[in-house]
Amino acid sequence: MSAVDLSVSVGPLKLRNPILLASGTVGYGNEISEFIDLNKIGGIVTKSLSLKPRKGNTPQRVIETPSGMLNAIGLANIGVEEFLKTKIPFLKKFDTKIICNIAASSVEEYVECTKLLTDEDTISAFEINVSCPNVKEGGLEFGNDKKAVAKITEEVKKVSTKPVFIKLSPNVSRISEFALAAKEAGADAVSAINTLVGTAFDIMTRKPKIKNITGGLSGPAIKPVALAKVLEIRRNVDIPIIGIGGIFSWQDAVEFMIAGASAFQLGTVNFVHPNISETMINDLILYCEKMKIASLKNLTGSFIL
Amino acid sequence: MFLANAKVDSVTQIGTNVFLLKLQSDKIAANAKPGQFVNIKVSNSNFPLLRRPFSICNVEGDYFTIMFTSVGEGTLVLQKKQKGEFVDVMGSAGNGFSLDGNYEKAIIVAGGIGAAPFPFLIKELEKIGKEIICFSGGRTKNDCITYEMKNVSTATDDGSFGFKGTVVELLSSEIARYKNERIKIFGCGPNAMLKSLQQFCFTRNIEAEISTESSMACGFGICQGCPVQSATDKNKFLLVCKDGPVFNVKDIELP
Repeated sequence: MSAVDLSVSVGPLKLRNPILLASGTVGYGNEISEFIDLNKIGGIVTKSLSLKPRKGNTPQRVIETPSGMLNAIGLANIGVEEFLKTKIPFLKKFDTKIICNIAASSVEEYVECTKLLTDEDTISAFEINVSCPNVKEGGLEFGNDKKAVAKITEEVKKVSTKPVFIKLSPNVSRISEFALAAKEAGADAVSAINTLVGTAFDIMTRKPKIKNITGGLSGPAIKPVALAKVLEIRRNVDIPIIGIGGIFSWQDAVEFMIAGASAFQLGTVNFVHPNISETMINDLILYCEKMKIASLKNLTGSFIL
Repeated sequence: MFLANAKVDSVTQIGTNVFLLKLQSDKIAANAKPGQFVNIKVSNSNFPLLRRPFSICNVEGDYFTIMFTSVGEGTLVLQKKQKGEFVDVMGSAGNGFSLDGNYEKAIIVAGGIGAAPFPFLIKELEKIGKEIICFSGGRTKNDCITYEMKNVSTATDDGSFGFKGTVVELLSSEIARYKNERIKIFGCGPNAMLKSLQQFCFTRNIEAEISTESSMACGFGICQGCPVQSATDKNKFLLVCKDGPVFNVKDIELP
């Protein structure tokens, strides 16, 4: 047993370790549990849930790009009711934090979803997706509007009995202003970043490779952008940050913590190395031992400029 | 499903641009079923980033084989693998072909590299005493693959190898021979061919299963990147990786 303490807190939410699996890259936990022991990681963030089921976008939905991928899934999900009925019984079996990601096309829908989910004990926190780039209504429109972000945060906080995290869009000029709006409206933390809007063309047909025309760019290609956004928030706003964006190794994760993240989410990497969240635990311990860090949480925001 | 470090046994060129990669992994070989696929991380770097899905072409003891055409960044890396190297493989994934059904003759219909899953299927079908008839098509002779097929007739768009026309046109011209027999069709190939095969099966009410392909990121159902329209529920997409890649022809609407 190592003496290193990997536990962290994201606002009021205590985690066994800072390793979370990002929304949209872990479904509702069942498929990835073939590869990892969910009890060993900090927690998972569910695929975005909306009030009613969403079929999602017409394919082509994903395409690989240099060191990354574009996706335009379109928030395909089973809806809150089905989630409570069929997925919660599975998730109940695990001793890991379940963070419910909610996506909606109106303030009322965010509130309604939160109300329906907040009494479920298995859920530890909410992550509010105000930044999906791939749906026409809601999504990025909210994520680009500070007042909308503040309003959604405020209304969801009123009905939530759990911590509320706001997942921010990087497709803005000053992300820290959005983090501040979320904080002032009562958010417990921010998740940064969602995907970057991108596209790719087939040069023979001259058509976009993604049916939705644009998609969200993720993977190692966006890591430097994500790190800069986390740093910007850290230096300007006093709010816990969950770092996300292109983490493919434990070293990447450590960078996010140094830049200011209290915890981090693994996303696209789950598609390629579905067991990395578990294998990186030991790597983080070895790093802490080597660096004589007794508690991993001390790494958060420890950058030296 | 497993993650395995599979050892490269050999890379063999069997056609103009067609290769067989033989890999060793007891776990994957022991669990594989015809029509299932493996998802391969072809390099240890971020280039290419995502895994690449390949039908399992055959299984022998602790070994399994994939068949591929070298067409892109991923397959080029695979083509250059050397004996003794290790490759990161996830599998065996998806739902394979069902050997069940009221038939005595199995009719295999392949388009291009769609020939890939059939050596394994043919071997398993023969074990249960089914008779095998194969049809393979391609644009030209170079694209028409007959590797380990039995009783094979070929079709090419340019007439350079066998029947001039598509493989489904060839099948249409031959099907009368089997009108008093109980048959089941197993198809794999590009979507346009599968669509035409689907129509063929519908008009003649022939039982059939088809293996589809799609771009995918994860290969095990979490990215939702490989949807195909359900034929029975307008509001539902099925996933090629998890619900397929093999479907009953009646279950999906091909794009």
